[in-house]
Amino acid sequence: MGPLTLIALIAGLSLFGFFLGRWKSIAMAGSGAPLHSRPNHYGSFVLVWTAVPALVVLTLLVIARPLILDQTIRSHLPSDIVTSGDVSLAISGVEQVADGLKAVTPDEYENIHLGVVSARRIFADHGIPLGGDVSPYQLTAAIAANDTERLITLTTTTAVVGALALGLFLAFIRIKPRLRARNSVERVVLTLLIAASTVAILTTVGIVLSLLFQALQFFSMVSPINFYFGTVWDPRFAAAGSSESGQFGILPLAWGTAYISLFALLVAVPIGLLSAIYMAEYASPKVRAISKPTLEILAGIPTIVYGFFALVTVGPMIRDYLALPLGLGNSGNNVVTAGVVMGIMIIPYVSSLSDDIITAVPRAMREGSLGLGATRSETIKRVVLPAALPGIVGAILLAASRAIGETMIVVLAAGVAANLSANPFAEMTTITVKIVNQLTGDLEFTSPQTLVAFALGITLFVITLGLNVIALTIVRKYREQYE
Amino acid sequence: MSEVQTPAPFKTSRTPDAAPRPTKVLTRDVKVVYGQKQALHGVSIDIPEKSVTAFIGPSGCGKSTFLRCINRMNDTIVGARVDGTIELDGVSIWEPSLDVVELRARVGMVFQKPNPFPKSIFENVAYGPRIHGLARSKADLEEIVITSLQKASLYNEVKDRLDEPGTGLSGGQQQRLCIARAIAVSPEVILMDEPCSALDPIATAKVEELIDELRANYTIVIVTHSMQQAARVSQRTAFFHLGHLIEEGPTDHIFTNPLEQRTQDYITGRFG
Repeated sequence: MGPLTLIALIAGLSLFGFFLGRWKSIAMAGSGAPLHSRPNHYGSFVLVWTAVPALVVLTLLVIARPLILDQTIRSHLPSDIVTSGDVSLAISGVEQVADGLKAVTPDEYENIHLGVVSARRIFADHGIPLGGDVSPYQLTAAIAANDTERLITLTTTTAVVGALALGLFLAFIRIKPRLRARNSVERVVLTLLIAASTVAILTTVGIVLSLLFQALQFFSMVSPINFYFGTVWDPRFAAAGSSESGQFGILPLAWGTAYISLFALLVAVPIGLLSAIYMAEYASPKVRAISKPTLEILAGIPTIVYGFFALVTVGPMIRDYLALPLGLGNSGNNVVTAGVVMGIMIIPYVSSLSDDIITAVPRAMREGSLGLGATRSETIKRVVLPAALPGIVGAILLAASRAIGETMIVVLAAGVAANLSANPFAEMTTITVKIVNQLTGDLEFTSPQTLVAFALGITLFVITLGLNVIALTIVRKYREQYE
Repeated sequence: MSEVQTPAPFKTSRTPDAAPRPTKVLTRDVKVVYGQKQALHGVSIDIPEKSVTAFIGPSGCGKSTFLRCINRMNDTIVGARVDGTIELDGVSIWEPSLDVVELRARVGMVFQKPNPFPKSIFENVAYGPRIHGLARSKADLEEIVITSLQKASLYNEVKDRLDEPGTGLSGGQQQRLCIARAIAVSPEVILMDEPCSALDPIATAKVEELIDELRANYTIVIVTHSMQQAARVSQRTAFFHLGHLIEEGPTDHIFTNPLEQRTQDYITGRFG
């Protein structure tokens, strides 16, 4: 039986075990013995003890299977191939032959075995093309591999079915009224919960480690001082093998990121906050029910569409009506365009979260203030907003990390030229854009030109992580003070 | 509002005081509708000044709703509609010249659950005087805060930690802080909506003692679920049931010799 059939069998039997265990406990309760746990716990107890050992056995054997096969084939390879070093190529050749042998009819198999016909031609008839004719060692190795595979399949089936039967039987006879079924079931559930949360943490750690490894490789070629304090970004895509490495100063990119994000926040924070105050405090329920989802649509527009908007509408407008009259620039690609469009994109992050937070300020606070003769706006300014402040700061920082990580809008709205300038109408670019730039195209992951992307990535990661930590700290500090 | 029926003629039993005081708040035929539901069916009562009037009655009888009419707190509830006459010192509370903000400054309110602002103890009390511009200088403001805390008999307990958050106080202290906050605006009337329901017996005793002291200077209306509390702190008691004012009169009279059978049943614990 294949693994899928076995999994179906495990599922079916453990479900059967669940009902069996439940039925037995109910029957016992009916005969007067007080149960320690609920009937469902006894059912789950049998389910767990049926499914878990069988799943463990299945997983182990499925993992072991390719390793054992590999070993079998290896042991049949002639010594000259083993010493020549092309072992993996030889193994995959044998595997192909083994696959072919599985497809042929018994008659053909007999003929191949006797060497009457060429295996290559028969295999080709069955749609399995081979690079060359089958050599004798390949045939013996393939036959041995197929025998081993059959054996493993048989073992797996036997072991899983045995584990299922044994688990079901033992768990079923263990059910007594005083069995602490709930405790052991809950322990299994707890393990499951811990495992689930560990996956998320381990993934994060894995991402950081993979970034870190490549970044360290980069820093062995370019000194961190040149990277973090360099004011010129000029990686110079030199021809392969050339020793020329260019300059990798992060400062122009970091400045571009900060400058564009600043403009984005200048747009998003006032608009978002004011609309949140309107929706939470003044709007009638009807208006709120319409305007809030409408505003949230902004968050659902793909960023590339915002990019078009910037490129076609906002950019030329800012160039013609602001940059050119002021004599500060003549490009539609500039910091202001990127900032404004990105600001529009993150408005819902500020407004929607702030709205939820303001609405969550207890009614008692508002009534307390109104009851003292405060006006509505005094109440909002002096009681509601201060109480909601930590959450609002959190919302703004969340929007900020969204802005810092944004790529698409920047490419289309501010360009790709790294530029260290205070002029908001100059072309500029950000860290994420340069990461994309450095990793696009035909690359080898050994040159500083590509590895720099990982150094940029980990720097960005640390910055946004720092922002999140600050946000959480602020929120926690004020929460302690306010509740 | 088709759902609202004209109420059957209903007569409140009234027993006047032996020596009547001047009326501070006068209400005639006050009706409240929340959306489709009529919560009050025409309540008329005179609340005498510088004394404590208690509203008693089972949950949902409309006593809190009526209390919230007096400083127009029901305005903040969407779908609430109030009809009838309510006068403060002979002036309608809906008089255009009497702004709702001014009304609420004159008619303070203490809520069921202590609701100090998430600010320091000092700022909590200073809140009202600040927004109304009652203090000319910092020293003035400090004096108002200290006097209010003293009047609420809280000063001695908090004088060393006026900068600490008001939310850090115990429940009873928080409620007295809210009373101090209300006093700081120098109101004429203080409405208290079950001020002791979230407090333990010791804190309740302190607040009751405080109410008794405040009576010398303020008109107090208190909603309470505790018959003992009404008997202990009030001079007059009004009994509400199903949106009607059933009976009102001097407290000792209501508790010893009520005119209405329903009042008798309620105070002896036969229903509600």
